[in-house]
Amino acid sequence: MAESNRVIRPLSPHLQVYRPQLTSITSILTRITGNGLIVGTMLIVWWLAAAAAGPEAFATADAVLTSWFGDIVLFLSLWAAAYHYLAGLRHLIWDSGHGLDIPTAEKLGWGVVIGSVVLTVLAVIVI
Amino acid sequence: MRYLTDRKRANGKGAAHTGTEHHWAMMVSSVGLAFLVPAFVIAFGRGLGGTHAEVLAFFSRPFIAILTGLTLVASMRHFAKGAQTMIEDYSQGTTRKALIIGAISLSWAVTATGLFALAKIAL
Repeated sequence: MAESNRVIRPLSPHLQVYRPQLTSITSILTRITGNGLIVGTMLIVWWLAAAAAGPEAFATADAVLTSWFGDIVLFLSLWAAAYHYLAGLRHLIWDSGHGLDIPTAEKLGWGVVIGSVVLTVLAVIVI
Repeated sequence: MRYLTDRKRANGKGAAHTGTEHHWAMMVSSVGLAFLVPAFVIAFGRGLGGTHAEVLAFFSRPFIAILTGLTLVASMRHFAKGAQTMIEDYSQGTTRKALIIGAISLSWAVTATGLFALAKIAL
């Protein structure tokens, strides 16, 4: 492998000695919210399928979705969707080659965190 | 001495051993979802909380039914590929394969169930 040029690359973070930063926390939250949304999606699809199946099945599913448990899951899903939405837009900005310097990346990070709360509150007011 | 171009040396050395199709698919579905999700969230918020008859009437409306179906298909394709990325980051070997198959199967099962429900309600 004489011809492969050795270059100094950034090392992967070693989690036991890693100081969490805004950029790393907002990154892992993107993954958690995105994958977590499958829970809310399955709940909504179950509710739709129950509506299609008949009045009794719908009564059961609707009781779950409108209960305090359903409220919590749907509210968390709403925030997760808002967060993942903004974080996804941030990825599209990064993919276009912009905003990759640290000050801008940190500003975008706060934008995602604060924006997700604002969007969630707005959505609750609209709905 | 082998005469190889830089491009040829790098080919296949990426973590995925393939090109950028996966990433491109995520970009395409994310842009689609950027338009679909806000509309669906508002629509679903309006639809939830009604009686059985009201919910059936709401999801029978062509716009609402198409919006729900599109959001479901696009989001489940996006989920399958996103979950696959996560699984590939944290697991190896047979476990990785089993989890990826599971995630893709789950996403198709949710898609099929939702589309069947929509068809039954709307048609």
